Amino acid sequence: MKTFPIGGVHPSENKLSGAKPIEVLPLPDVVTIPLSQHIGAPAVAKVAKGDKVLTGQLIAEAGSFMSANIHSPISGTVTSVDLVPNGQGLRQPMITIKREGDEWAEGIDRSETLVRECDLPAQEIIARIKAAGIVGMGGATFPAHVKLSVPPGKKAEVLIINGVECEPYLTSDHRMMLEHGEEILVGVTILMKALGVQRAVIGIENNKPDAIAHLKGLAGRYAGIEVMPLKVQYPQGGEKQLIAAVTGRQVPPPPALPIDVGAVVCNASTTYAVYRAVQKNMPLIERVVTITGKRLTAPKNLLTRMGTPVLTLIVAAGGLPEGDVKVINGGPMMGRAMVNLDSPVTKGCSGITVMSGRDAVRNEAGSCIKCAKCVAACPMGLEPYYLSKMARRKNWEVLEEQMITSCIECGCCQFSCPSYLPLLDFIRLGKQAVMGIIRARAAAAAPKK
Amino acid sequence: MANKFIVSPAPHVQSAQSTARIMRDVVIALIPALIVSTVVFGANVLWITALSVFCCMLFEYLIQRFLCEGANTLPNFSAVVTGVLLAFNLPASIPWWIVVIGAFVAIAVAKMTFGGLGKNPFNPALVGRVFLLIAYPVQMTSFPMPANGSFDALSGATALAAVKHKLAAADAVGVQDLLLGNMPGSLGEVAAAALLLGFVYLLWRKVITWHIPVTILATMAVFAFVVALSRGDEGAMLWQFPLFHVLAGGALLGAIFMATDYSTSPMTVKGGVIFAVGIGVITMCIRLWGAYPEGMSFAILVMNAVVPLINKYVKPKRFGLK
Repeated sequence: MKTFPIGGVHPSENKLSGAKPIEVLPLPDVVTIPLSQHIGAPAVAKVAKGDKVLTGQLIAEAGSFMSANIHSPISGTVTSVDLVPNGQGLRQPMITIKREGDEWAEGIDRSETLVRECDLPAQEIIARIKAAGIVGMGGATFPAHVKLSVPPGKKAEVLIINGVECEPYLTSDHRMMLEHGEEILVGVTILMKALGVQRAVIGIENNKPDAIAHLKGLAGRYAGIEVMPLKVQYPQGGEKQLIAAVTGRQVPPPPALPIDVGAVVCNASTTYAVYRAVQKNMPLIERVVTITGKRLTAPKNLLTRMGTPVLTLIVAAGGLPEGDVKVINGGPMMGRAMVNLDSPVTKGCSGITVMSGRDAVRNEAGSCIKCAKCVAACPMGLEPYYLSKMARRKNWEVLEEQMITSCIECGCCQFSCPSYLPLLDFIRLGKQAVMGIIRARAAAAAPKK
Repeated sequence: MANKFIVSPAPHVQSAQSTARIMRDVVIALIPALIVSTVVFGANVLWITALSVFCCMLFEYLIQRFLCEGANTLPNFSAVVTGVLLAFNLPASIPWWIVVIGAFVAIAVAKMTFGGLGKNPFNPALVGRVFLLIAYPVQMTSFPMPANGSFDALSGATALAAVKHKLAAADAVGVQDLLLGNMPGSLGEVAAAALLLGFVYLLWRKVITWHIPVTILATMAVFAFVVALSRGDEGAMLWQFPLFHVLAGGALLGAIFMATDYSTSPMTVKGGVIFAVGIGVITMCIRLWGAYPEGMSFAILVMNAVVPLINKYVKPKRFGLK
């Protein structure tokens, strides 16, 4: 079984909702839509307070090439365009819409009929993906049209579809592959066409044998698409790890990108969104969110409109358990803890994980026993114990020399630490500082205008 | 809402392998050797081990409480491991007060002086042992014969000492005796089979990897083989001599339980292999040409001193670099 070359851990999988078919969450009465739910420049609002909007109507336009359009997920009236606290309690510009009925913008095909054929040229495909505001839905939220626009001098050779879902608890991609496998495969052919590649590989972790068998059965009728089972090992779904597992090629350290080894990676749910955008003219206004946790009465997968408050999903899964809780936007390895449950589901939100009681609190840290488990676990071949120590000492020179910018913040080091040291907390700080220094150096070296 | 929201950066889950669990696993892995040793040398083995563990815990507690004024570190179990390992390096006939002194040197001098668990550059139990070996050479090198557990038997030479001082040939010592501990020696080193059982347990529990122990033993075997070859040995001696050196004395105890000590071994696999080759070579040099019949303790301590250097220059293979 293929896997990535170095490091990795195996946390308890806890896929509580893996066998639960996707349910449709009723339309929310109010949605809040952040203008920044992707990497890059925030989108620019195109509506103002009091405007009437239709479902699927463009309400914010990409602020630059590295940005994404945003569409209204419901029909109704814009009640404010203002700063609203996000999941972490930080105030961000958001558009708030109060729902009135369910009226859709024109030209959107809402039927479930499968449309296989796509005769559009690559440029048109990318334009439609850009128009639909599609970003990486696995959590990284990288605008899809940017990824698909291969820079001159570089050549894409293989398209890799990320169906790994290595985060514990999360099952939204799993359910999408089972229930929308055919659409995902058409999406793959569309992406292959946009990139001009003859080969695509769908990588799926081996703990989803049903999804592997289902897609293998369907893939036969499409040329050049291979379904590849991968070892159950975190972070198998990390972009660089997945490329290495599938192609054997390692993306060089930053600023190199996957395209430098001829690979483009796209998440399975994103591929479904691409299918809908290109074949159905459907903008990205809904997604499947796993709502999960050991003490939730009904963990499930919910098809949710963007902007729906997180609390609505938790209530649909049986409500918050008693006592202390940690509500995580994402999974337990890389997700962000939330303080504000009124904050919305966004394009990159693949799941909400609720940890409670003892699971919600960190263990008290001891001292480093030099066990080297973090070094063995690091999938980037770094020395987390040393980076963490040097970051505490603010020794930025050493951190840069020791390649801290290669860190993908997967959390393997801290997960494996038997002394419960907050290794990644400090590595993150160090990485931010070093990246700031590198940017400042580049800015200083650039010719003055 | 009555809920309290807990917030911290990712990751939000933790491996079940804690420091205390690791140390407990090491103690469990040493139990087979303790049982064999008790059968071979009698109940005194249990008293020595208990005394050593108790003294190590007591000294660590007192120093932590009154000198460091820090949190109680006994729950991490590392003092217990040091205590058992120190006892395993002593002869069964050792007077009780020497055990106390050894425990003091191990914990107070070799461990707590440097800041406690994880900060000591040298293996505490070995520092304790080597101190005792130099300070009390007579008591430390008189080994009771394993005469059905009866204790007043005559002292005997260990297999290594016998071979070294030409009292016996290496092939005269049966492999079966070496495996089952039917020979004089320190508490924990006489039963190769029991130590190997502990090794398998540690591997299964993912406490250590195979690299350091296997490299040390392989280095010693190759070294002994080359020596045997160069002095013109033939036939069975060519494999008996290496096998003898791997099974006799403290080779297994040192390779499996002492050289793999976390804080005194390198942080990378590659570094660990360099470290292990060094231990194997130095051990064989002392055994064959040095003043002592046994060289494992010295070899590990010498290589402990090299660990910071290895950590500085031997880096893991970075992802994406050729």
